[in-house]
Amino acid sequence: MTQPFTSAELLAIMGSRVLRDDTTVFAGVGVPLLAAALAQQRHAPNLTMVIEGGIIGPRIKPGRLPISTNEMRAAHRAQMLPGITDTFLFAQRGFLDYGFMGGAQIDQYGNVNTSVLGTDYWKPKVRLPGTGGANDIASLCKEVIILTAHEKRRFVPRVDFVTSPAWLDGGDARRRAGLPFGGVSRVVTTLGVFGFDPQTRRMRLDALHPGVSREQVREHTGFPLLEAPSVAVTEPPSADELAMLRTLDPERRFLG
Amino acid sequence: MGDPALRGAEWDFVGARRRLEAKPKSAGEKLTSLDDAAARVVDGDRVAVGGCLFSRTPLALVREVLRARRRALTLVRNLTCTEGELMMGAGAVERVMTAWMSIGLPWGVSKVMRHYVESGAVALEEWSHLALGLRFRAAAMGVPFVPALTMLGSDLVAVGGMKTVADPYSGETLAAVPALFPDVALLHVHRADRFGNCQIDGYPHMDADIARAAATVLVTTEELMTDDETRRHPDRTVIPGFLVDALVHVPFGAFPHECYGLYEADFDHFGDYTSSIDARGPEAAVADYLARYVYAPSAWDDYLDLFGGERLAKQQNQARELTQ
Repeated sequence: MTQPFTSAELLAIMGSRVLRDDTTVFAGVGVPLLAAALAQQRHAPNLTMVIEGGIIGPRIKPGRLPISTNEMRAAHRAQMLPGITDTFLFAQRGFLDYGFMGGAQIDQYGNVNTSVLGTDYWKPKVRLPGTGGANDIASLCKEVIILTAHEKRRFVPRVDFVTSPAWLDGGDARRRAGLPFGGVSRVVTTLGVFGFDPQTRRMRLDALHPGVSREQVREHTGFPLLEAPSVAVTEPPSADELAMLRTLDPERRFLG
Repeated sequence: MGDPALRGAEWDFVGARRRLEAKPKSAGEKLTSLDDAAARVVDGDRVAVGGCLFSRTPLALVREVLRARRRALTLVRNLTCTEGELMMGAGAVERVMTAWMSIGLPWGVSKVMRHYVESGAVALEEWSHLALGLRFRAAAMGVPFVPALTMLGSDLVAVGGMKTVADPYSGETLAAVPALFPDVALLHVHRADRFGNCQIDGYPHMDADIARAAATVLVTTEELMTDDETRRHPDRTVIPGFLVDALVHVPFGAFPHECYGLYEADFDHFGDYTSSIDARGPEAAVADYLARYVYAPSAWDDYLDLFGGERLAKQQNQARELTQ
């Protein structure tokens, strides 16, 4: 099946649709930032982007997308540069509505691993870069949205290491750990959109992207998925969304 | 998870306070040379490095510490970039405390970090970005910990041995993020007067907290300003002179990393560096890099000559364009 858009374009567009106007979003570099910038241009003009390096309200310059969350490109025409600790404290206070995340591994409760593969932290099979601000975003934002390629090696029953907590062991485990708010609300993948059962907090298939089957999703998921009573089909990326997105990243640095 | 990483001195607020009380807090002259400043770093120190990733990294100071062949250091940095790789390759660090380590998305996961950490040669003690910031903030406040909502429920808690505390008012569980008092802070700023009063443009990162947290503070500055300039804009001072032990005037002191508004990071240089690591392996490639950029050029100007004036000028133009 060939489609007129790349996986990164699909994720950026699906991610942008989640963001409502008059809200705030904690966005990392790459696809999340593109998703936020697209939402701002299309349907959420009063969305404020916050970037981990200590940036509030930047205007992303088309063709000069930032490579890291704390460099000059990320701060282009920003409204405030408050310092890193204070930026996260806006989220701890409750000012951040959305947080975007990705990760090497994600489990059936939405927990994400970006630290180590293997069972011994101090002698890892693969050492990954680490949390950065992902743990803080997962802990402190009102709602967290995971954007990721849908691959069996990523979708594991239990992550090797919980870097960023979603629903932990399910049920009220998050609440008991000291996080009475927040959590991953949606997982947007290259195959569909997923939510979590409100009681068990297990991952649930909510919608399929056009042309994707349930079998395909099951094949690429390493744990049993719940299914919403009626599984929807997402609207494919529109020509308009694709055009706007491509203007932001003309060199296709992040769009693939 | 095994390693009881937290050592008492990291959050010993009484000891840290006594150390400050015993030290001169002069309003006098702080200007000195890079080697004199770096000589204040000794083997085994906990060294906090200012800036963030490839932004405002005090690379001239880091280079001088490596030239002095320091050993058994603990590097503390929020997001760790090439400076951490060079410290690993030089055998200078035994522990890195950080939230993230690599150069950035386009260069992939750091092969140098993987090599030294997966082999067990260097311990990478991971804290969340906010937790590290609050560790410096708690130390800057002179208290042993601050309550927060970071890292709760995650496996990061066990890595650094963070404890939780019950809110005495509501009973809620909170993270008790322990203070981190570094032995030495290495910082790079935009402007300072010779007494060490510092101004920073653009991102403040965590530098002001780090300067208050550390026992010894070493600063390099892009520009040396007059006492009169400081006094005309006292609202711009983010680190007062009495906190600073040594100051060195080093234009381009963060290059090839960026300095906000002055020069952009040299991404081509990062590309050449990582290509060499891909081709020759982390140990050999970093050893070559250290020989060429750290050990061979004795003065910082000789180091900058390796990049050449044209490249420096190009990075300056790009910074101007981005921050106008």
